[in-house]
Amino acid sequence: MALEYDALILSRLQFAFTVAFHILFPAFTIGLAAYLAVLEGLWLRTKREAYKTLYLFWVKVFAISFGMGVVSGIVLSYQFGTNWSEFIRLTGGVIGPLLAYEVLTAFFLEASFLGVMLFGWKKVGPRLHFLATCLVAIGTSISAFWILSANSWMQTPAGYEVLADGRIVATSFMEAIFNPSFPTRLAHMLIAAFLTTALVVGAASAFQLLRNRGQEESRLALKMAIGLIAVLAPVQVLVGHESGLVAKDHQPQKLAAIEAYWETDANHPLILFAIPDRATQSNHFELAIPGGGVLVAPADEVVTGLDAFAPEDQPPVFIVFWSFRVMVGLGVLMLGLGLWGAWLVWRKRFADDRLFLRFAVLMGPSGFVAVVAGWVVTEVGRQPWVVQGLVRTADAVSPVTAGSVATSLLIYVTVYAIVFVAGAIYVLRLLREGPVAGAAEPKPEGQRAPGTPLAAAPEDAPGDPS
Amino acid sequence: MSLDLPLIWAGLIATGVLLYVLLDGFDLGVGILFPFSRNKEDRDVMMNTVAPVWDGNETWLVLGGGGLLAAFPLAYSIVMPAFYLPVILMLAGLILRGVAFEFRFRGQRRGRPFWTAMFAFGSILAAFAQGLILGGFIQGIEVVDDRFAGGTFDWFTPYTLLVAAGLVCGYALLGAAWLMWKTADELHGDARRWAVISGVLTALFLVGVSLSTLVVHPVVAERWGWTGGGLDFGRFLPLAWIPLLGLIGLGLVGWGVRRASHGWPFVGAVLVFLSGYAGLAAGFFPYVAPYSVDFRAAAAPDNALALMLVGTVVILPLILAYTGWVYWVFRGKVTPEAGYH
Repeated sequence: MALEYDALILSRLQFAFTVAFHILFPAFTIGLAAYLAVLEGLWLRTKREAYKTLYLFWVKVFAISFGMGVVSGIVLSYQFGTNWSEFIRLTGGVIGPLLAYEVLTAFFLEASFLGVMLFGWKKVGPRLHFLATCLVAIGTSISAFWILSANSWMQTPAGYEVLADGRIVATSFMEAIFNPSFPTRLAHMLIAAFLTTALVVGAASAFQLLRNRGQEESRLALKMAIGLIAVLAPVQVLVGHESGLVAKDHQPQKLAAIEAYWETDANHPLILFAIPDRATQSNHFELAIPGGGVLVAPADEVVTGLDAFAPEDQPPVFIVFWSFRVMVGLGVLMLGLGLWGAWLVWRKRFADDRLFLRFAVLMGPSGFVAVVAGWVVTEVGRQPWVVQGLVRTADAVSPVTAGSVATSLLIYVTVYAIVFVAGAIYVLRLLREGPVAGAAEPKPEGQRAPGTPLAAAPEDAPGDPS
Repeated sequence: MSLDLPLIWAGLIATGVLLYVLLDGFDLGVGILFPFSRNKEDRDVMMNTVAPVWDGNETWLVLGGGGLLAAFPLAYSIVMPAFYLPVILMLAGLILRGVAFEFRFRGQRRGRPFWTAMFAFGSILAAFAQGLILGGFIQGIEVVDDRFAGGTFDWFTPYTLLVAAGLVCGYALLGAAWLMWKTADELHGDARRWAVISGVLTALFLVGVSLSTLVVHPVVAERWGWTGGGLDFGRFLPLAWIPLLGLIGLGLVGWGVRRASHGWPFVGAVLVFLSGYAGLAAGFFPYVAPYSVDFRAAAAPDNALALMLVGTVVILPLILAYTGWVYWVFRGKVTPEAGYH
């Protein structure tokens, strides 16, 4: 029994690690693909060179990030089997088709047209190339549709029945796909992805402007990023709130953990700071706004607290409570960045305010942190269930030994560390160089040295084993 | 009219896995041949022959895994834990070689040689791990009560090591034949030599694996008409086209290499793989987790299979069409001047 317990813990650790690693890349590439499509479309329309320079710059960053997203995604599609085979044995009849549709409608589209997008500049015409960029962008969003549908079904299962042998099958795939939490969670994730991209593009552009305030491409890109953040950050607050209301109806234990409400009661306070403790079933060092709970529910509505659940059916409150506050805190900062930026754009001073530019640089990684924090809220908040109310995480694990899982975890950590460090170095190196007009001009075949158009690799000394 | 959905899905997934083996086979093969290349320029060209298509090729592996999960969840939930460590090794290999496509061109003094090595290492590791899984499959998986019940290292035997080495050589043959097709001049000449060596090795491994399969697994041997030291021709003859196809394939490789042909060796290598694949299918069918769970027992509910079939009938031809188009866009020889990067 002790052995099985270890395999479970290690499998959870491994899944959390590999998902958290993977989610960084879709969170960035969904938005970046759409941004590239917009840039190329604007370039085709206006023929303004700055758009093309920006496109050729950001497509390099995209190529690196997308590759890392692809390979870390393959791991996930196999990990369901290697580590969570019981989960698939029980729910494969419902989850399976959703994942299969993701492969059919999204993965092939992205992967195939990515080749044309990255290497097809002089092989196809500009319109066809633009189409390829658009299809990659659409593919990334379709992918989000299916994976959010599958994950939302695990949060709020619908359209299913449980057979006598414990397996779960669909009675209505429409209900299963469009389950109660799906629409808000999809919107929340897509907006998060666009925000993440806008924050990175904004930070990279602000960094260039701090060095050279006249840089045309960076001014253009920063303005676009500010516009997107100013619009999307407030929308995200509303969508996130809506998502919380769905949780209140369908996953009360998650909402109670988010707000650290131990007692089922009306007129809750809004808890700003606390150390929730499952051992004592209460909060330490609580700092709260009395009556602030109206943000969650009207003052006279009774909100389910954690006392409605046996201790073994409660999620780890501390993690959920604090991850939520990290996410929301960063959201507030994004809101501030958007407003401040919009004000400066209006006053035509956004490239001169060095304090603002520094703030924009600092906010560059905030989208990634918020996405991972939000993912922790939703996944840890569902515990101890892997499928809310139907399958416990402890019953979903594969019949593999702790030794095997420890080995695989070690391999993943090692490989991901190498890949992540290298990828981060290459991306940051690119961002430091910044977009340079004319540097990546695609030339007709035969007139161009190797090393263009997408990467000007420096020449090596002879005999270099590269 | 009622469709035999599990059978259709068994066929679809078998086709998907075959396409994966053929498509990712040649681009893994290019990686396996990396250590034998002369210089950086040759390696750039080799990588560029597959750079625009490798991602699409690898997606067939996701379809294979995802399709098995969706259509035969029981088989998926037995097979993956059974081959836990080889699957992890395969994934690690695929990660390292996958990122190498971009990283190798980004790396500088230390980075580039490192990612060159990782491209080769990852390709070989992924191919070898796939061979271990394949060998373990043929050996059979111990199942009790619909769950994997074997040991952690059941997949590690002399037999699986033989299969794995054979698959690495087979992929190298595909890769060499692909390079003969896609490259010119000196590199084409190198590829031709690699095709000869890997072709001979593949032929030897094919014979070795085939014979040892008859010894290792009596169930498979019986299917081929091999019982107690004698050959039952009534059983063997309907399957005789399979080894014959393999011989034709090897012959085509040899003939194409001798004639300095550009395209025929690749056709021959594909035929060799088709033969091997059909040979496996003849040994396995109808099992998806050999030799206890067949595709009917493992199938997902009919409504799930039907839902997926509706989409697949529409989308799969589209996928094949645009995949074909991408290959068409990048047709022809790849030269150092192609400079994708």
